[in-house]
This record gives sequence, structure tokens and C-alpha cells, in this order.
Amino acid sequence: MTDPVLSLSNISKRFGNVVANDAISLDLQAGEILALLGENGAGKSTLVSILFGHYTADAGSITVFGQPLPAGDPKAALAAGIGMVHQHFTLADNLSVLDNVMLGSESLWQALTRKAAARAKLVQVGQRFGLGVDADALVGKLSVGERQRVEILKALYRGARILILDEPTAVLTPQESEALFDVLAQMVAQGLSIIFISHKLAEVLRVSNRVAVLRAGKLVAQADARDTTQAQLAQWMVGRAISPPQRRPSKHLGRAVCVLEEVSTAHARERLNRASLTLHGGEMVAIAGVSGNGQVALAEVLSGTRRITGGRITLMGQAMPQVASELVALGVARVPEDRHGVGLIGDLPVWENAISERLRSGAFSRGPWVKRRAAQAYAKAVITRFDVRGGGPTTAARSLSGGNMQKLVLGRALMHPGSLAEPDSAAFTPKLIVAHQPTWGLDIGAVAYVHEQLIAARDAGAAVLLISDDLDEVLTLGDRVAVMHGGQLSQARAALDWSRESIGLAMAGAEGVAHAA
Amino acid sequence: MRLEKRQHSSALAMVLAPIGAVAFTLLVSTLLVLWAGAPVGQTYALLAQGAYGSVFALSETLTRAIPLMLTGLAATVAFKAKLFNIGAEGQLYVGAMAAVAVGGMHGGAGWDLPPALSFVLMLLAAALAGALLLLGPALMKARLGVDEVVTTLLLNFIVLLLVSLMLDGPMKDPTAMGWPQSVALRGELELSKLIPQTRLHTGLLGAVALAVALWALMKYTVLGFDIRALGANPRAAAFAGVPVTRTVVMVALLSGGLAGLAGAIEVAGRTSYLTLDMSPGYGYSGIVIAMLAALHPLAVVVASVFVAGMLVGADSMSRAVGVPTFIADVIVAASLISVLVATLLTQYRVRWR
Repeated sequence: MTDPVLSLSNISKRFGNVVANDAISLDLQAGEILALLGENGAGKSTLVSILFGHYTADAGSITVFGQPLPAGDPKAALAAGIGMVHQHFTLADNLSVLDNVMLGSESLWQALTRKAAARAKLVQVGQRFGLGVDADALVGKLSVGERQRVEILKALYRGARILILDEPTAVLTPQESEALFDVLAQMVAQGLSIIFISHKLAEVLRVSNRVAVLRAGKLVAQADARDTTQAQLAQWMVGRAISPPQRRPSKHLGRAVCVLEEVSTAHARERLNRASLTLHGGEMVAIAGVSGNGQVALAEVLSGTRRITGGRITLMGQAMPQVASELVALGVARVPEDRHGVGLIGDLPVWENAISERLRSGAFSRGPWVKRRAAQAYAKAVITRFDVRGGGPTTAARSLSGGNMQKLVLGRALMHPGSLAEPDSAAFTPKLIVAHQPTWGLDIGAVAYVHEQLIAARDAGAAVLLISDDLDEVLTLGDRVAVMHGGQLSQARAALDWSRESIGLAMAGAEGVAHAA
Repeated sequence: MRLEKRQHSSALAMVLAPIGAVAFTLLVSTLLVLWAGAPVGQTYALLAQGAYGSVFALSETLTRAIPLMLTGLAATVAFKAKLFNIGAEGQLYVGAMAAVAVGGMHGGAGWDLPPALSFVLMLLAAALAGALLLLGPALMKARLGVDEVVTTLLLNFIVLLLVSLMLDGPMKDPTAMGWPQSVALRGELELSKLIPQTRLHTGLLGAVALAVALWALMKYTVLGFDIRALGANPRAAAFAGVPVTRTVVMVALLSGGLAGLAGAIEVAGRTSYLTLDMSPGYGYSGIVIAMLAALHPLAVVVASVFVAGMLVGADSMSRAVGVPTFIADVIVAASLISVLVATLLTQYRVRWR
């Protein structure tokens, strides 16, 4: 084996009491794709942030092409040939592709930009790696997949020979992911090296030559991708053997709980455009789609935080009120996509967060006063029943981990205060559950827990709407699956009637596929 | 250098932070006192004595603290909701104007009502005037996203011009020999003195009572939760069903109303008529006090007494040792900055490199 192009040795980093990276040593060879696999919080992001100079390691050193890399200096990392494609793109929407690529690579002290030369170089780089993008297109008008190409082009334009991709497929359709994998293959064939960060086992095996698994800040295993299996990787990742999630189809279909008829919302970044859907009690309908196609609008409409401009929604036979607190009172359990930014108010204690959405229902207020004792008792019950760890009712919500935040959000939504007195009464089970990306960013244990709770609620008779970017989740949990594209919903078909190919085509908006029976 | 969020704020840091803040404030002001060539120990002794050292000094300090408490509370409730009301100064003046309009002698409404009822009407009018002045900017922020810092700040100047207009016109006191001042309040509407032979009036009790009421409102009521939730995370508040526009309106009414009351109570307790120089920037000082108090209504009472003490103490100290009274502004400003930095450091740690 030749000398590695990149060599990390004994990298350690602590944040307070948390050891994010614990003496990690890792080599990257020329022309290989190394997958960095691990759950959220395993230390992947910290490691690449150190590599790229965003953080400074407490201990350890980095060597690039035989030269030591100065710590904490992103410019030095760029100069050494390291390029990074962040999960959340760092592009200016109002500039052209060319301007975005040139941004930051030009000297401030020259009077004129050298656009012609830059354009020629950009085109040449694009052709070499099969990354065709119109150099004059506005980035704001590009699709997510195209924007990702611009990010990659930007790194290559600056002479990156080691490319770090952070969860690059999270925003892509299966077909777009395949196209990305082809580009990556061309790049390594021409001698570049790639670090591919992911938590999806299948694509890691599909794309990489070698896999390094991180768990709780430690490098627990390295393996040749050909010599390992998904089960083995999962076991390394979690630290114990886990069984893959099983389909557990609905047992009995109840009556229609919520019916959307040709529902539209006002033009915004995302909108609904004559979307129709029927949700039955005892059934889970999963919505697949590339993010940004109206899922947010759908979730917000059914959560009472966005108004509709056309169509009709009925909830248990009545016109659905478009006010959050009234929906909660009617038995709609809402799990928003962004638990930090929307689900919880981090500065406020857990108990206030637990009752926030029921504060207008009268259960926790008398006149203008908050019934603090009843509220704290309820919060305690949610904490106990949904196993929220890391703090009591008076802890600030922000100090909970992501998984525990989600348990709190889920718990307060599913647990009616009335069930404290009568735990078995059916009157207190939710009628409709709107769960938007409920497992995003959670570790495998927490994911399984959330799935259990959703399935249990479904089996208790709730209609469940699961909106997810994760195709595996959609196909495993959904009794019926509909695909969202451009604000429209395809017909919801039985999950088993979809193949990955047909669903991918529908996600890309292929005509006819969505509505073919 | 960069800041890293601390996982936990240690108890030691919580104790050391205010001590460090005081030490820094003293250090800065000591340097200035030395520069002025005055004896440091004596200067501070005179400052403290002039602020809190006698019944008279204390009464002056507390008198000065009353409007500061009210504008401090006005800033507190607004800032808690992240409604940045910089217009307390203007709201104070329209409050004072409304008070004079309702309770003034000649030229006033001239209603023949029992004094108690007139008094209540006067306070209501003042609160309402201040509240309505803030309502416009608040609604423009909630509905159209117009920056309330700009609108409330600019309204201050408009109000001052309006006051000037009124003092030279409809509200002019014909017996004032041409001085730009309004007619006086009817004598029976003035607040009684708390301590005879001083200027300290019963407005102090009202201001403290309002601080306690605001504290209880913020802590124990649904509206208090709505205000805190809206300030801490507006998207999450809306998701939880907090009626956003209604809460913004309530905050504007509370904040503007408190600032308006400050104007009425100054008129009824101290000046008895309205002039253009009635407030030496009480509305702006209220912001400083609210920040010093970390937006806690009860701490606003303490912070007001501190700031008023510095201002009053500096006056008498300056006469004795010749250090300019600006030292008071420096101390207040330095203490604000050091308290803010100290609070930051309890939550973040500084990493060099």
C-alpha cells in the first residue's frame, strides 16, 4: 500500500464532559472512498470539523500529502487540497453558479474579476468529472441535486484532492443518489479521495471501498466494504445486535378520520397544490418525497400553523379548524419536523413545554392563572411514561438530548391529561397523529422507540400521517404510501405496491407514475 | 478567540460573575476619578452618602427611582417578548400629556367629578395614551415585519415636537409668564408625600406594587407564559398555539401603559405640570435598568434605586470634590456592560487560539 494522502493520528476532542472524539487514528488512501459511519452524536461531524479547521483538536495531529496540517485554520485545509460539501449548502441563492464558485477564491486586492478564465476552468472541471451545470444559472433556481453539484464543483475548482461529503444523499431522490455515486466513482478513478459521511448502511456499502465506524467518539471498527454486511455494520454502530425493523401492517381499518380534498396553500417557498388524501383510523399513511416539495406545508396545515387557500379539510366529519390549540383540543397529536426550533422552547423548563399546547384547553389553567401543580404533575407523568431522561420538570428543555426532546414532544402529544385519571379510557387516545420527520437525527434506539409509539397509537385506533424523507422508514411503517411532488400528492397505494424504482420516479415528478394504479 | 457554550453554569461562576462585574465597574470609574485628580476614597464616600447617606438623600434617590422603575418595567415586559420598545420616552410624555389633559386646572377637561374618580381617569388616560402610542409600531411589526426599534425611536421625536406644540398652544399655562409649561394639575389630584418635608411621594408604592404585579403576571399567568414563549422562540410559540398577534398587542398595551403611567405619576407626584424637560431620558434609562435587572420585574426595583442613587449621589459629590457628574453615567454604563459580559461568561467560556 502506498502512503496515505490523509492521516489522522490520535485525534481527541472534548466538549465539557462529553468526549466527542477519543484518540481517533484513521488513514485515507489515494483513490478510495472511505465511509465514515456512525449515529448522530457519534463524533463524525466533530472529526471532519477538526479536519477542516472549524474546531481545534485537544490532542493529536493531521498529515495531508505528507505535510502536517496546521490546526484550526480552514484556509490551510483548503490550501492543502481538502474540500468539504456541507449537508446544509453554503451557497448564495441570488448569485449565479459561476459567481458562487468564484466567491472567496478571488483576491480582494485586484480591481477586476477574472470571469472568463474562471468560466473556462469551471467548464473544464465540470467536464472532467461529469458534473454539468449551467455556469450562468441562478443558484436559487436550481434543484437541490444541482445545488449539491455546485458545492462539489466549488470544492474541485479550488483544487480539492480530498473531498468530504457530509450526509450527501439526505436531500436526494434514489435516482439522484445513484447519479451522485457515479460522479464519485469518476472522481476516485481520477485519483481523488473521498470521505463519505453517512448513517445509512445500504448506501455506505454501495458506494464506499472502506468503512470506518464511530461510536460514542471512538473508532470501533474499520472494514473493507466487500467483507462486511449491513448487520455487522449496524452492530458496530449501536454496540449490540439489532434486528432490522419489521413490517407490522394495520390490523383493522377504522372510519375516515381526516379527509383532504384538493387542498391548496398560498405561494410560499413550499406549498400545497390541490392535494387530496384520506386518513383512516387504525392506519398509517406515509408520505415520501424529496424535501421541499410541500411536506412542510402539509404538516403545517394539519398542525394548525398554516392556513389553506383552497379546498376542504374535514376532521371527523366536521370542517377542520385552522387553529393549533383547537386542533389539539380535538385530539390531533402533532410532532413537528424541527424539535429544537418549533417543537420546544429551549429556554423554558420541561414542564412548561409539556403543557404549552394544552394551555388553552382549560386543563392547566383557571381563569388567567396557570395551574402549576397540575402542570408539573402532568409533566412528571409524561417524563415517566415516555422515559424522558436527562432532567426533571424544571430542567430547561434545551439541555435535553435530541432523543429525549423527541420523547417529550411525542409524549405530550400522545398523552391526554385526562388519561392521568383514567388510563384506559379510549376517549383520550389521539384521533389523528401528524408526525413530520419524527426520527430525523435520532439514534437507532430512539428511532425504534418512536416507531413503537406510533404503531401502538395506530393500533389503538389513531389515524397516523407519517411524513418522512427516509424511504426505508416510509416503506416499512406505512400501511399506504403517497408521494409528494410539487405540492401535489399521488394516490396513496399499499406500501407493497411500490418499488424503490417507481417511488423514486414519482419523487422526481415523472408524469403518469404517480397516478398509475 | 472564540466562545463555546458551557454545558452547565457552575455555582461558583454564578457567584463570581456579579462580584467581577462590580470590581470592573469600580476599576473603570476609579481610573476616571484619579484622572480628575480627586481623592478616590472620599469621592466614593461622598457618592454613597449623597445617594443613600441620609433621609433626605435617600428620599431624593427614591423620588428619582420612581419613573425609572416604571420605564424599566415597560422595557422589561416588552423585551421579554422581544418587542424592542425604544419609545418609552415618547410614551412617558404622551402619558403626562394625557394626565394634564384630564386633570389640568383651566384648559383641562374641567369635569366636575369627585377627585378619586378624576384620579383614576387621569391614570387610565395616561396608560391608554402610552399604550396606543406603542400599539401602532407593535402591530406593524407583527403584521408587516416593520422594525419596531426604528418606529418607536422615531416616534419619540414626533411626540416631543407634539408636546412642544401643545405647550405653546392649547395646553399653555396662561399664568406662566411665557414659560413653556402646561397648566398645573388640580391640587387634589397630586400624590401625597410619603415623608414630610421631602419630595418623596406615594408613587413609589404604586411603582413597587406594579413591579410585583408584573412579576406575578409573568410567572403565574397564561399571558405571562405567552409573553415569555413568544420572546424565547416565536415559531415554537405559534406551534404551541400562542395567539401571536394578540400577545404582541397585550405586550404593547402593558409596556406602553407602564411608560405612560410613568409620565402621569411624575406629573402628579413631582412636577404638577408638564414641561419639555420633564424627563432627563427616563425612557432610555429604563432600557438600561431592564437589562441590569436581567428582565426580572423585581430586580427592576433594585436596579432603579441603584441607577437613581448614582445620579443623585454624583450631584452632591461633584459639588464637594469637583469630579464632573458624568461619572454617574460612566458608572451606570460600565456596570451595564460588565453585568452583560459577566452574564455571558456564566453561559459561555472563552477559548483562546
